[in-house]
Amino acid sequence: MNESLFVDLLAAGVFYGTPLVLAGLGELLAERSGVMNLGVEAMMLMGAVTAFWFVQSFERPGWLALLLAMLIAALVGMAMATLYAFAVVTLRANQVVSGLALLILGGSTGLSSYLAAIGELAGPSARYKLPSYDVLGLSDTPIVGPLIFGQNALVYVSWLLVALVAFYLYRTQTGLHLQAVGEDPRSADAMGINVSRYRYGHTMVGGALAGVAGSYYTLELQPSWIDGITAGAGWIAIALVITAFWRPGLLLAGAYLFGIVTSLGFTLQARGVDLPPEIFSSLPYVLTIVAVVMVSSGWARGRLHAPAALGEPYSREEA
Amino acid sequence: MRLPEVHFEKRLKTPRWLGPATPPIAVIVALAIGALVLWASGRDPVNIYQRMVRAAFTNPGAFSNTLVAATPLLLTGLAAAVTFRMKVWNIGADGQLMIGAVLAAAAGTYFGGQSLAVVMTLMILAGIVGGCLWAAIAALLRVYLNTNEVLTTLMLNYIAPLILFYLIFDSTSYWRDLSTQSAQVFPRAKTLAEEAFWPEYGTTVTVPFGFILGSVLALVLLFVVRSTRFGFQMRVAADSPAAGRYAGIRTGRLLVVVMLLSGALAGIAGASQIGDISHRLEPKNLQLAVFGYTGIAVAALVRYHPLAIVVSAILVGALNNAGFNLQGPDLPLGLIGVNQGIILLLVAASEVSARHRVVIGRRDRSATRAPPRGESSDPAAAGDIPATQADHRAES
Repeated sequence: MNESLFVDLLAAGVFYGTPLVLAGLGELLAERSGVMNLGVEAMMLMGAVTAFWFVQSFERPGWLALLLAMLIAALVGMAMATLYAFAVVTLRANQVVSGLALLILGGSTGLSSYLAAIGELAGPSARYKLPSYDVLGLSDTPIVGPLIFGQNALVYVSWLLVALVAFYLYRTQTGLHLQAVGEDPRSADAMGINVSRYRYGHTMVGGALAGVAGSYYTLELQPSWIDGITAGAGWIAIALVITAFWRPGLLLAGAYLFGIVTSLGFTLQARGVDLPPEIFSSLPYVLTIVAVVMVSSGWARGRLHAPAALGEPYSREEA
Repeated sequence: MRLPEVHFEKRLKTPRWLGPATPPIAVIVALAIGALVLWASGRDPVNIYQRMVRAAFTNPGAFSNTLVAATPLLLTGLAAAVTFRMKVWNIGADGQLMIGAVLAAAAGTYFGGQSLAVVMTLMILAGIVGGCLWAAIAALLRVYLNTNEVLTTLMLNYIAPLILFYLIFDSTSYWRDLSTQSAQVFPRAKTLAEEAFWPEYGTTVTVPFGFILGSVLALVLLFVVRSTRFGFQMRVAADSPAAGRYAGIRTGRLLVVVMLLSGALAGIAGASQIGDISHRLEPKNLQLAVFGYTGIAVAALVRYHPLAIVVSAILVGALNNAGFNLQGPDLPLGLIGVNQGIILLLVAASEVSARHRVVIGRRDRSATRAPPRGESSDPAAAGDIPATQADHRAES
């Protein structure tokens, strides 16, 4: 393998992996609090459609349109997450069924498709795309140039967020409380930590990140609208969190690996590799299954350390 | 801002009316929210709902179309009910349906010359094999490698349509029609011989064979769950896996059987799509239809009761049929998903009301009702007094 293919693949991995980093970080926060947020895919789609709509109908300068579009995507994702948290935290509804309900409600045949239809969004490309930077003028440096110094704005934001979440989880008191809520809500409750508030808060922040991750699709990845544009990335993000052992750093690496696999088709076809496109398209899904199988069996299981109360509703009165 | 407090009083017993009342309430609230969405986007909800009722029930031929739309949902609804009742989450009915349809289409074209009964039997068997194959992947991974079936079945849902696309659009497979010049340029699948089309029954209202098959299977399933050893084991393993293991139930084997049963039902839905409705493999339509996810809503709406799923499938089928018929700038198809998503969310959320009275507002009102026992803020003591309200707040 020559060097430029290697760099191309890595750069594409970052490009395609970034929404997985963002959505995965959000899911990681929710799961650390004990809530398995299965509505990520729907939150991403709703973020994607609202951000796209805003950018298409906003007359002002591009940077402001993009900023506001991402903000709106975050708010919409957060609103959906609030609905989900109300169902699973307050009403203690089943998380799988509620997650699916959210998928049908907001997903490719639900509200995101409805909004795209009444906004007549299908067809034209986004009027503004995320800006790419040439940091310190170093983007032409061999190998590291395109990887580190020539990315778009959200890539840098995602790196910052990974560092922030890692610091928050391991170095702040709230972060440690969060881990307590996810591991043993009863003890956390006895310590005076408000379990519901932690679960609501982190699910909502997770939803906001999922919304922004969705906006990355319509503002950068394929800047236009088709129903179901995220194509299961929300579910892959959930799988990523498990395969990254709930750790932000590993999540970043895993997301880029998935990014590389997602982009493999485009990169190799551009170099004349002739295989049915379906093989490349199915790779991320196959890899997800392989990854989840690997971490759930054998040696990895002992080191998994899933939050012990993950998926368990908590109430004081019930043992 | 401070939200009103929501808290729960544990019910000593669930009122009789609550179970049957939940589905209609969920449907009505979902339709009301749908009306709100329509109104907010500048449409006239009353007019649109009137047209939907006509398109689903009263127009000539409308109810027959509703039954056509209900047929796959009835079968995927049963598929969901089998596993969800056991708290096994087979979300893969979509993929299982598609692979079932692939094999059924092959059987239908290959054995097209035989008598109808033979073709139909072979198509149904092929559908079952396809559905089981696709479900077996997730089932075996779950039992032998402890892999969460939610993620595997979901991923398999994304892989299955790619196989269909490959067979029809990117290869010269057995399924692809290459007989004419235009079919070579615009790829499409082979059509079944007309003698192999599945029959319909009735005159003013026609009922597809698949719907009758599904109704019979619903009856069989009810009998199996209620009155057989297998059904008893299913119920025990669902309600208390630990008790099941102590009683000697092989839960792993049971889980595989249940997943395969579910896959088989989804596969039959795929066979029925080919035999009853499209008469050839249509990858795009199958991918867009999301019969599997909708089937989960159909089953959850009636708490996984096999016979009630027949009614629920007709209702949701009517919604799908009306939505499909009126699809256009006036009524984007997405509204149907909104309605179905809200129905499912409400049903999931209503579980709490079976176990608890939901009290919204200030707590001291309920505290005065039972003053002698008082409130206990001590979590250890709370469990001793069943009637004590939970100290569970929703704040955001």
